[in-house]
Amino acid sequence: MSDTNYKPTSALGKWFDERLPLLTLFNGHLMQYPTPKNLNYWWTFGGILTFCLVTQIITGIVLAMHYTAHADLAFSSVEHIMRDVNYGWLIRYIHANGASMFFLAVYIHIFRALFYGSYKSPREVIWILGIFIYILMMAAAFMGYVLPWGQMSFWGATVITNLFSAIPLIGESVTQWLWGGYSVDNPTLNRFFSLHYLIPFLILGLVILHIWALHVPGNNNPVGIDLKKDGSDTVPFHPYIVIKDLFALVIFMIVFAGFVFYAPNVLGHSDNYIPANPLVTPSHIVPEWYLLPFYAILRSVPDKLGGVVLMFGAILILAALPWLDTSKVRSAIFRPIYKQFFWLLVIDVLVLGYMGAMPAEGTYLLISRIATVYYFAHFIIIMPILGFMEKTKPVPLSIADPIISGSGNFAAAKKDKI
Amino acid sequence: MSDEINNKKDQPTRREFIHIATTAVGAVGAGCVALPLVTQMNPDASVKALAKVEVDISKIEKGSQVTAMWRGKPIFIRRRTDEEVQKARKVKLDELKDPQKDEDRVKKGKDEWLVMLGVCTHLGCVPLNQQGEYGGWFCPCHGSHYDISGRIRKGPAPKNMEIPNYEFVSDTKLIIG
Repeated sequence: MSDTNYKPTSALGKWFDERLPLLTLFNGHLMQYPTPKNLNYWWTFGGILTFCLVTQIITGIVLAMHYTAHADLAFSSVEHIMRDVNYGWLIRYIHANGASMFFLAVYIHIFRALFYGSYKSPREVIWILGIFIYILMMAAAFMGYVLPWGQMSFWGATVITNLFSAIPLIGESVTQWLWGGYSVDNPTLNRFFSLHYLIPFLILGLVILHIWALHVPGNNNPVGIDLKKDGSDTVPFHPYIVIKDLFALVIFMIVFAGFVFYAPNVLGHSDNYIPANPLVTPSHIVPEWYLLPFYAILRSVPDKLGGVVLMFGAILILAALPWLDTSKVRSAIFRPIYKQFFWLLVIDVLVLGYMGAMPAEGTYLLISRIATVYYFAHFIIIMPILGFMEKTKPVPLSIADPIISGSGNFAAAKKDKI
Repeated sequence: MSDEINNKKDQPTRREFIHIATTAVGAVGAGCVALPLVTQMNPDASVKALAKVEVDISKIEKGSQVTAMWRGKPIFIRRRTDEEVQKARKVKLDELKDPQKDEDRVKKGKDEWLVMLGVCTHLGCVPLNQQGEYGGWFCPCHGSHYDISGRIRKGPAPKNMEIPNYEFVSDTKLIIG
């Protein structure tokens, strides 16, 4: 994979690289690394996500210099950041909206993997590491949302930590252990701050493993076939992919900046500008938008333990997907039926998200129940059966082939790109 | 040397014994270190110290409710009207998700006083007073309905709202905890 003939040009570089081959490592993985030459813009979100993680870490470290993790002071320290700290408003809005942008990018990244079958052999470990990263992202986002100690912070923390009270027998002790008290209070806020600071670095470690595991088989690609060994299907990562990633990143940053400067609170909830009050629950509790589909699943079950199990199950079932999907063809471009089910799943998740934001009653409840059943049916029933039933389209032999011969496959592939 | 150690094939060697013993001692040591690291997260002494509160109930009218704070959670102290008590007692036990008599949820001779933890047993929100389909409380978070005895009637909550330990020290004073 890496160019073993690499030698740093400068004398200092040679001296250092012989003692610690960091330059060889960077050259192999960030310069020479062979990438499929047909990668489209849906493949730029890995780089965008790395940018998001670094942004969150940098802005987070800065915010921690001004924030006070105490139940009596947290809310006003956030207001202090917004009003008194130089550019505090900017840094906090980047951090708060950065979380949303992070999730936006990760959802596109996940659905790209679902569309092009990137989770399938030999990339199962990359996929599972990705799910661990996603779970840690949700934990970090949830704990971060608690820190301003507004009404939504407090009651969001109450509802989510109470999920653990559904565990039979030990549930109550587990929740009190999580709280460090008999309710969400100062000890809870303190430990959430500590863990919120820790988790991004755990994510960073997993991201390195994620990329390491990716660089073993190499990238999947829009046609989802294995690459030819002679290198005719690939281009070096630098400059081809680096420039493409940077261009996509600039577009992404325009959207990001649009939120930060023109609608910094549109993704948040106004109730979080009311200080936490343990005696009054807001009439309508909603989590941040990126957690809404799972919240809808939780509420769709009329049983406490059942709802909690299904909610966590909805995330964990993704880990089994490489084995639930029995089709040998990776890319949805060559799977006409799967492609339709893929879009149904996208719609289903969007419906769940919308239902998660609505009150849990009447028609809303009915629709979220149907959508929940469909979500699980997609993974447990449709994916295994479809692999056997579906008649897939002919798959090209290599990425280079259809381009050179101008065969119909490539034309079909190009047209079908999402 | 290795012949000497391995000459009895079916018996563990001295080296294996040392391996197992070392690992076992190491595991016990790691467990001993983990214990304080885990239990430090449990409620600490200062939190446990706030275990009792005193409430003056002399100004509570019939049919109204006050909320006291105990262990960071609201306590509903409701002085029920006679009709409400009647209504609570007429409910048959087999209609209930978590069957419990209204008599068992109040102190004897103080039937009008319902003292309970104002926390929904689903996910811990504070239910709203005098709302819902059963004339008691309604939790806006996930739609649980409680009756005038604080018993769960409809929705995802599994249990009746909890009754804390409390006693009437006089006609006008209540101690919770």
